[in-house]
Formats: sequence, structure tokens, C-alpha cells
Amino acid sequence: MSVLPYLCAGWLFLIGCYGLATSRNLIHAVGCLAVCQSATYVLLLAVGYRHGGTAPVFSDIAPGSRPVVDPVVQALTLTDIVIGATVTALLLALVIQIAKRHRTVDPDELSELRG
Amino acid sequence: MTVARMLPLIVAVPLFGAAVLVGAGRRLPRPAAEVLGLVFAAGTAALALAASAALPSATARPVEWLGGWRPHGGVSVGIVLVGDRTGLGLATLVSLLVPAALAYAWRYFDEPPRRHAGSFPALVLLFQAGMCGFALTGDLFNAFVFFELMGVVAYALTGYRVEEARAVQGGLVFGVVNSLGGYTTLLGIGLLYARTGELGLAQIGRALDARPGGPDALVIAAFVLVATGLLVKAAAVPFHFWLADAHAVAPTPVCMLLSGVMVELGVYGTARVYWTAFAGPGGIPAPDAHRALLALGVLTAVLGAAMCWQQRHLKRLLAYSTVAHTGLFLIGLAVLTPEGIGGVALYVLAHAGVKAALFACVGVLLDRFGSVDEYELHGKGRELPWLAGMFGTGGLALAGLPPFGTALGKAVTEEAAGGWATALFVVVSAVTGGAVLRAGARVFLGLGSRPPGSPEETTGEGEEPETRRLLARIPDSMLLAPTVLLACALAVGLVPGLRSAVGGAADAFTDHAGYLAAVLDGRATEPAPTPAPHWTTPGVVWGLLASVLAVVLALLAVQRPVAGEPVRWTVPLRRLHSGHVGDYVAWFLAGVTLLAALLV
Repeated sequence: MSVLPYLCAGWLFLIGCYGLATSRNLIHAVGCLAVCQSATYVLLLAVGYRHGGTAPVFSDIAPGSRPVVDPVVQALTLTDIVIGATVTALLLALVIQIAKRHRTVDPDELSELRG
Repeated sequence: MTVARMLPLIVAVPLFGAAVLVGAGRRLPRPAAEVLGLVFAAGTAALALAASAALPSATARPVEWLGGWRPHGGVSVGIVLVGDRTGLGLATLVSLLVPAALAYAWRYFDEPPRRHAGSFPALVLLFQAGMCGFALTGDLFNAFVFFELMGVVAYALTGYRVEEARAVQGGLVFGVVNSLGGYTTLLGIGLLYARTGELGLAQIGRALDARPGGPDALVIAAFVLVATGLLVKAAAVPFHFWLADAHAVAPTPVCMLLSGVMVELGVYGTARVYWTAFAGPGGIPAPDAHRALLALGVLTAVLGAAMCWQQRHLKRLLAYSTVAHTGLFLIGLAVLTPEGIGGVALYVLAHAGVKAALFACVGVLLDRFGSVDEYELHGKGRELPWLAGMFGTGGLALAGLPPFGTALGKAVTEEAAGGWATALFVVVSAVTGGAVLRAGARVFLGLGSRPPGSPEETTGEGEEPETRRLLARIPDSMLLAPTVLLACALAVGLVPGLRSAVGGAADAFTDHAGYLAAVLDGRATEPAPTPAPHWTTPGVVWGLLASVLAVVLALLAVQRPVAGEPVRWTVPLRRLHSGHVGDYVAWFLAGVTLLAALLV
């Protein structure tokens, strides 16, 4: 099993965090959060990958006849995607409200809460 | 119905209630929607109380495999709910606080958005379901799902008043930082699954135990990642930045829940994951876990107390006091003994009542005067003697005045931690209690002169009241809720049965092997009993000393002529809390690195 997917997951997470830390636009920042989350998808799928395995659907293959990839991590990834959709939608809705109330989506100009 | 059978209901009843309110809320008049929400919340509370009372012993662990997917030969693929006394106790605490918050909100939001009468109780019920599920689950991935459920609802509740500029801003920061924490937890869960092939806490624990010889880099990385998300929820320094912003803008009934139980659930999650999965021979060695938790705890307690003292925005003041107390809880966990856990459990129970009551008092001020600024409210509270009494009592209880439960929990925890920790506990609780008393002395007694403000800080002036117009008369429900909560905090210190129950629960909580045997093999084992937490003379003396110190600090602060400029050494500390989401993410990464460095 190659380490490349794991390195890729780590890279995605860090680059997403970098984007969040330096973003000048809140919509962009929410996108960066989604990038961080895609790191978790890559990691989970890499964990469940089997070399030469096929999809874990047993309608046309006999169980045990050939290796299949781990279905548990795929279920986890799907759950994670649902959660991600909820979080992203909610955060984007908040950004729209921020744009309406503050007339800006630049986090540098939102400094009412400090100290 | 056995206790095990009641466990899924404790999660399902509030979920069902939320669904009913979402479906029918538009057509219901407001009182009906509120009563329906209260009925479901109180019904869950009754279920949780009944389940706690029906436990055969304090160390019993009823286990429910959902859908009947029981383990065979210690191996399982099912999802499990474990109702040990600690988890059930927390679910009970959540379920008692939710009706209190709903009852308080009854007259608090004078006017809900048109045609959305059911939206607030529905969200609160979802929040309750997420928190109860998190307290009861025995499955790490499920814990993540419940973690995210309570997170998403909490962001929505924080930004509930979408028309207000600051509310949506605080909600967004809260959402970004906590979601990032949730994703690190999921990365950690992925790593643990890769190593063990299991998702249940007990199964992971058993798989790690089967590979003794200390942890390797992967296990340490997994623990760091899983703990990071939970510590973000717990608002440990340097993951705490979201908390003050969220508390400053969230509606007061939501603050009662956030500070009262949600933050504590992060502490609970950290302890639960450590004790069930990582406490065995293949997990994290005890000295390393002790070092990491102690360092974070001390840092959190000191920084929280320092920031708490400097606030004039009353909600931020209480928020930072929660940060400081989280630090004390973490120090209690770091002891890694049943005594420490028992002390923290009592402290959390009483702290929830006191902190929620204090938030309720601030909410009354906000709706009566349209401000939560200590300076602007100077002397205005004279007309509210009952509220003044409660606010002062709350401040003293926070400082650890015996016989409040906070004093008992603090005394037991500091005794377990021992040595210099006693001094730290006394100072931190005196400072946080003193800050509340100082604010109370200014607002309710009008002591001292009205100080000028500086432009650098969040003041809390000109806040929108959460009612249609400023209240002329305080509704009884808004005074009743904090009174009952303070009485409950007092009861935690006085009821002897609770102390022995908490002692047994702590024994069971710290029994790694017993938990695995109960969940996977269905074998009940009794842990080695330790003495239940109890009042001791030094504990009472230290508690009294902290209360006196708090009063002295408050009086000194009020009498001293206030300079216009903030004290110089505090300026860098304030600058750290910039309200900028990018800064908070940078601190988050620094925190992950710090945690990893402490554990290696």
C-alpha cells in the first residue's frame, strides 16, 4: 500500500488550514474548511483500499471469490459528506447574513468582538 | 423496562420532539409550541432520572446494542450505548438544564419570528438529543456524529438572531473552529480504524491492549487528533478563542446550555476516550497523559482567570470564567485517579447550576436595560434586589463558598491534585468569583465611581434586547429559573447520597478492564472501591479563604480609582483575542503541535 494517499490527506488538511488562516474572504474561508474536510475523505478511503479489490457489492460476485475494499470506511465517508453538507450550508448562510449586516465578507474588517 | 432499553429512548424522545415541532411548528400558536417543547424536554429528563435511579449499583454499566447486533466472542460490528453512572448522570444534567433554559426562554424571547414559533424549541431539543447521545454512546464514530450534531445546532442557536450583525459573526467563528476540530477528530478515528479495524471505544481499547509495548507514532497521532476536537469543544487553551465570541452573542438561554454542559461534554469526551481506549498497556502511558492534561489545564485556568478579570462585557466575563473552570476540570482529570474524576464530576454538576443561573441574571439585565456593560449599568440594578441577591450568591458560589457543590467539587479535586494545585485552585476561583462580585457591586450596589472605557475592548453597550421592547417588569419565570438552578447547586454540596453515587461512578469510570468486559463480554466486574468524595476541614477552609479573597478583590477593584487606559501587561493578552477567524485557526494548529509535543 502506497503512502501517497496518506501524504495527500495530510497535505490537503494543512493547505486547507493555511487557506483558512490567510483568507480575506469568508466564502473562500468556508471553501477552505471544505478542503480540510476532503482530507478526511481521502484518509478514510485510503484506509479501506485493498490492492486489486473491487466494490463491496455482492450482487454479481460470489462472496469470498475476490477481494473487495472495506465498505465500513465508505459508509463513514458518506456520513461525513452529509455532515459536511450541513455544516457548509449553515456557514454559507451565516456568511450571507454577515454580508447583509456588515456590508463586507472580509474577516479583517470584522473586529467588533475582541479582547 | 430495563435501564438498557431506556437508553435509546433518552436520545430518541428529544429527536422525535424536534421532528414534531419542525413539522407542526408553523401551524401551532406560540404557547402550544413552547409547551410541546417543554413536555418533550421534561419527558427526557424524567426518563434519564428514572434510568439513573433504576441502576442496580453505582458501578453498573447497562449496555444496549442497537438493532440487536450483539458481539460474538468479544467481536462486534454493532453500535452500542453504554449507560454507566457518569454518562447517565451527564445525560440527566443536560436534560434538567434544557427545561430550565426553555422555561427561562418562555418570556425571554417576547416575539419569535413570524410563523416560526416552533423553531427555537425544536433546535433546543435537537441540541439536547445530540448532547445526550454524546454522553451515552460507546462508539467512537457515533460520538463524532453526535459531536457534529450538537455542534451544528449550537452554531445555529448562536446565530439565532440573524438580524444582528455580531450574532452571525460569532456564530461563524464558532462554526469554523469547531468544525475544524471535528475533522481532526475524524482523522484520528480513521487512523485508529486503520490500526485496529474497530470503531467502538471498547473494541479499540481491546485491540490496542493486544499490542503491548507502548504506543507507536500512529497511536500517539490518533490520540492527539481525537483529543484535539474534544478539547476544542472543551475550550482548552489555545483552542478556546471561539468561546468568548460565541457566548457574547448567543441568546442567553443558549449561553446557559453552552457554558453549563456543552463545554463540559468536551472534557467528558476527552476523559472517556482516554480511559476506555487508551488507558491500557498499548495506549498512552499514564505519565504522558498526565503531563499533557496538566499543562493544558494550568494554561487554561491561568489565562481564563486573567481574561475573566479584565472583562466589562458581562457575558464575556462569564465566558472566560468558564474557560478558567475548564482548566480546573482538566487539572482534575490529569490526576488520573477515581478521586480526581469524582471531584470533577461534582464540580461540573454544581458549576452547571451556578453558571446557568449567572447567565440568566445577565439576561434579565439585558432585557431590562438593553446593555450588558458593567460600566454602563453602574448603579442601575438597585431596583432589582432579588436579582442582586442571586447574582451575589452566584459569584460567591463560583468562588467556592461552602456548602455549595462548587466548593465540594473544588475541594475534592484540589485534594486529589495536591501540592501547589491547591494554591492555583484557590487563586483561580477567587479571581473568577471576584470578577462576578465586582460586576455585581458596580451594577447592583452602585459602589465606586463610574470608570471611563477604553476603545480597545468589547463593551457590551447598546446591545439589542432579546425582547420586543425593554422589559418594564421582570417576568416571574425569568427569576424562578435561576433561583431553582442555584438551589440545585447548593443541593449538590449537601445531599450525601449524591456523593457516594459519584464516588462509585468515578470508580467505574476509571476501570479500563471492567468497561471492556462489561461491553464486549457482558461480564459485570466490580472495580476496587475508593472512598467517596466528602467534605474535609482543609477543603472547607480553602473554600472560605477563596470566598473571602474574592470579596476583597472585588471591593479593592471597585474602590480603586480606575485609569482610562488598560494596564500595560494585559494589552498583548487582549490582542491575542482578535476576533479574527484566521488567527484562531493559526492558534488551533499551534495547539495541535503543543499537544503532540507534550505527549511524545
